[in-house]
Amino acid sequence: MIGAEFMALSLPPLLIGTFAAIACALPGNFLVLRRQALIGDAISHVVLPGIVVAFLVTGRIGTWPMMLGAAGAALIAVGLIELIRRLGRVDAGAAMGVTFTAMFAGGVLLLEQSDTSSVHLDVQHALYGNLESLIWLEAAGWESLLDPVALASLPPELTRITVTLVAVVAFIRLLWRPLKISTFDEGFARAQGVPATILGLALVVTAASAAVAAFDAVGSIIVIAMFICPPAAARLMTERLEAQIWWSVAFACLSAVLGYVLAGYGPLWLGGQNSVSAAGMIATVSGMILAATALFAPHRKAS
Amino acid sequence: MKDAMPQLATDEGRPVADTLAQSPLAIRGMTVSYGEEPAIFSIDLTAEPGAMTAIIGPNGAGKSTLLKAALGIVRPLSGRATVFGKPLAKQRARIAYVPQRASVDWDFPTTVMDVALMGLSRELGLLRPVRARHVTRALACLDRVGMADFADRQIGQLSGGQQQRVFLARALAQDAELYLLDEPFAGVDAATERAIIVVLKELRAEGRTVVAVHHDLSTVAQYFDNVFLINRRKIAEGSVETAFTAANLQEAYGGRLATGQIDQLVLGTV
Repeated sequence: MIGAEFMALSLPPLLIGTFAAIACALPGNFLVLRRQALIGDAISHVVLPGIVVAFLVTGRIGTWPMMLGAAGAALIAVGLIELIRRLGRVDAGAAMGVTFTAMFAGGVLLLEQSDTSSVHLDVQHALYGNLESLIWLEAAGWESLLDPVALASLPPELTRITVTLVAVVAFIRLLWRPLKISTFDEGFARAQGVPATILGLALVVTAASAAVAAFDAVGSIIVIAMFICPPAAARLMTERLEAQIWWSVAFACLSAVLGYVLAGYGPLWLGGQNSVSAAGMIATVSGMILAATALFAPHRKAS
Repeated sequence: MKDAMPQLATDEGRPVADTLAQSPLAIRGMTVSYGEEPAIFSIDLTAEPGAMTAIIGPNGAGKSTLLKAALGIVRPLSGRATVFGKPLAKQRARIAYVPQRASVDWDFPTTVMDVALMGLSRELGLLRPVRARHVTRALACLDRVGMADFADRQIGQLSGGQQQRVFLARALAQDAELYLLDEPFAGVDAATERAIIVVLKELRAEGRTVVAVHHDLSTVAQYFDNVFLINRRKIAEGSVETAFTAANLQEAYGGRLATGQIDQLVLGTV
């Protein structure tokens, strides 16, 4: 029965991939417009050692240890950047570059040195996630969606990313006006009494939460791609921020679904034997969408 | 706080308590530093109600910084600003601010109408929907600067002068009592300059107060009632007749203006 197989093997990864893509693309719209797009990249690098340390301390991969570890790593990163900037007398960009790559490398070293064989946490996981392994064994068909026992065995990553997505949507919906105004004209926003610094920080924290939740399930490749590609492609489709948000959601969904399907079946169609990484394919599709919009979209820049 | 600072700015000896309570904008002992050198140093400014004041000085004199510090956009090292005698935080609704046009990215995906509606954002709050009456008001403000026909345009498609007018329309939508403008005439066409000055003079006629950073010395006397000369420190403050003098300009601009130029500017005002 195709329904049962789809529910068990494909529905959870599809949902997780799609939700992760949307949760990253939504704040990505603002980050791209604020010329802070690489913050997503930076976050996904910085949090790795935090997550590894959290695992080493608690011995398991749980939501709270992971979030706390990631938040701690982010704080250390901010402190390090400031320290390097002051002591080394280099500009902020250079200090960030050094910190992020060094912390990611530290995370990779930690991973290799520690015994993480009991759980699915290794370097490849950090990059590509484990989307294909997030399966729902209890699913017997569509009726399982109404069966509490079966629902309880859904992968925990799905719950995490769903909660994160709801929080991201709520943040952007509630603070839509101040976010939009302070992204366009920060001076005017401040003069109006909008706490632009706190709002900017809240946006980064929101993006970081999305990055950490997505990182666990789909790895840092998707996180980096989804912060930038769907919003950048969406910008070329419209001249209105409201419409841009919807386009970015559509592109994120398209990347996730098409990427997952192509990764699973694409090589077979081409006569190959094995499937390829879903995370890698999702990121590739989002890049191809961006390339297509850059060539054909209605609101490309004139020159 | 002010006592700690050396008193380098000249003190006019006017009754400070009175002017503080009445003035739409009173700045006292404002010092701002971005790096090691202060950008502005111990500035006192008192805007006259219902008048148009030009803040003038050479490039890098701290004109924009003074406005931003007064609005709390940059954090001063010391000093404070009061608006109609009260701290700024409680008076935001009475102030409209027009930043420098070049300070924003005009490629931002939004329309002329959207920018005008931003002037109503304090009234709309976080979640109140935009109603027909809000749109009508924003459109009226756009009409006042001759931009109503462009309401649906993306802002990047406008000329520099048109963009400046949209910024002014947004400030008009705020319906404020104190208008602070940062170089409203910078890089605009002659028609826009006329349109803007007409609106500013209308605001003055309605009893509102206008304070603008201004870079074109040749139009100071024609457009403004008062001047505030600054070159990191306050040079002079007062009516155009008393403060826009050759000696003050010489002090503010140093060798950057030829004596002949200054004579022409000042004599032209008499």
